[in-house]
Amino acid sequence: MKILVTVKRVADYNVKVYPKADGSDVEIANVKMSMNPFDEIAVEEAVRLKESGNATEIIAASIGVSQCQEVLRTALAMGADRAILVETGAAPEPLAVAKLLKALVEREQPDLVILGKQAIDGDCNQTGQMLAALLGWGQGAFASKLTLGEQEIEVTREIDGGLETLILKLPAVVTADLRLNEPRYVKLPNIIKAKKKLLTTLSPGDLDTVLAAQLTTLKVAEPPKREAGIKVADAAELVAKLRNNVKVI
Amino acid sequence: MKNILVIAEHDHATLKTATLNTVSAAQSISGEIHILVAGNNCAGAAAASTRIPGIAKVLQADAGHYAHHLAEDLAVLIAGLAKDYSHVLAPATTFGKNLMPRVAALLDVTQLSDIVGVESTDTFVRPIYAGSLLATVQCSAPIKVITVRSTAFAAAASEGGTAPVETVPAAAPLGVARFARQELTQSERPELTAARIVVSGGRGMGSGEGFKLLEDIADQLGAAVGASRAAVDAGFAPNDYQIGQTGKIIAPELYIAAGISGAIQHLAGMKDSKIIVAINKDEEAPIFQIADYGIVGDLFKVLPELFAELDKLPPA
Repeated sequence: MKILVTVKRVADYNVKVYPKADGSDVEIANVKMSMNPFDEIAVEEAVRLKESGNATEIIAASIGVSQCQEVLRTALAMGADRAILVETGAAPEPLAVAKLLKALVEREQPDLVILGKQAIDGDCNQTGQMLAALLGWGQGAFASKLTLGEQEIEVTREIDGGLETLILKLPAVVTADLRLNEPRYVKLPNIIKAKKKLLTTLSPGDLDTVLAAQLTTLKVAEPPKREAGIKVADAAELVAKLRNNVKVI
Repeated sequence: MKNILVIAEHDHATLKTATLNTVSAAQSISGEIHILVAGNNCAGAAAASTRIPGIAKVLQADAGHYAHHLAEDLAVLIAGLAKDYSHVLAPATTFGKNLMPRVAALLDVTQLSDIVGVESTDTFVRPIYAGSLLATVQCSAPIKVITVRSTAFAAAASEGGTAPVETVPAAAPLGVARFARQELTQSERPELTAARIVVSGGRGMGSGEGFKLLEDIADQLGAAVGASRAAVDAGFAPNDYQIGQTGKIIAPELYIAAGISGAIQHLAGMKDSKIIVAINKDEEAPIFQIADYGIVGDLFKVLPELFAELDKLPPA
């Protein structure tokens, strides 16, 4: 079984981002960039499926600027076998990403595609579901557990009230939620080994895909700030304030 | 002018309240509003939809393969209907987030996630970077496919309307996914996203047993119990308690955060609460920067005291 796993390069989890001075977009020049945390979980799951003998090959794919090679090298160091970068300008919209991934799927013929459920920059939470739609495949979005069979995959999903388990025909698309696994720490020898693994760069044209944008960002701003309130001495004072001042209890 | 289609989230018998918030977002666009209720024996939810004031028509699609709201099957139905609409809206719950990107891709249009504001028929405001920024985006797609953050729009009225119900034929099942089972958290407490008061714990709770203190206080207040991602990661609380960027987004009247430091990922899920109370032993914890009332102290001392004080309180 062959697995395609996707990784996005985003502003690091711990970095605070600001609008550009003219408010036209997000300022990400000189911001530390890392692999999207949900994609790390996706890569980890693919590697575990290979380690348990369920998968034979893992291909990591990224879409974006040439620096995305860095996050692909991280995926290779985690255990992916080879990597493909589809080089584009600034980050395309989820639908365009899904179309490029569809073309990659047709080229590589994986049995399973694993993506992070959302990227922590745009917080869209769309690409996996869109890819499944374009392929006509089943989707296991927000997965917290996978059980791989011969023809099918059982996916346990995080839903608002608890958990739901679906059975999808293979090939299928899965998007990783937080509790699917805990990604491994990458060891130095694996980082060195990853430098020798194959990383192919393609253009959208190589995949016969034209990227059309349907969204224009007009403005990016910080939300109104919430003012800090007061410290109270103890529970008795707190209860008095909640009852008498703001009347919420 | 074309009309707006709202996709109802429901349990076949009744509507989920997030549907009412989504109707309210639709009302701030412009055009006639129709509601689609797709389910199995879902006449109850369809009837509830007809009673929402200002709805022009309720479409009901009833079929066995809609019993579990599989995105694969619902998306085909909705994409078929959507061609007659300018906007298709659903709540940004796990139901809507799973379904709407699939609908958009079938229509070959982009999708707007989690909108918190409507500027015009094609321009919307949505949070990015865990809500630390707000982006105003203009959408040129012929059909706008949107999920709506329910806390940003007041719930529409649920009684007083008399819309007609029109039956629409179900689409053929896609046959690529089937439902196996569901394990829902059983709780007597209100739903997190609908609760008036939420009592929430973080890594500072120290253990799952620590949450017992919060549960006692929640029961005194008729509140729901929530948790930070750190507490969920540590195994103190189930994931469906999680509040934040990757969990639930809530805006109750009162939010009590105990042992939560206030990471941006958590603030993303609760900073629109009306009154925020923080209890933390670290005076420098970022949560105090947004809290209306803060107590610096050991929560294992403060929470039992709070319980005792609430116990003494005469009914309001």
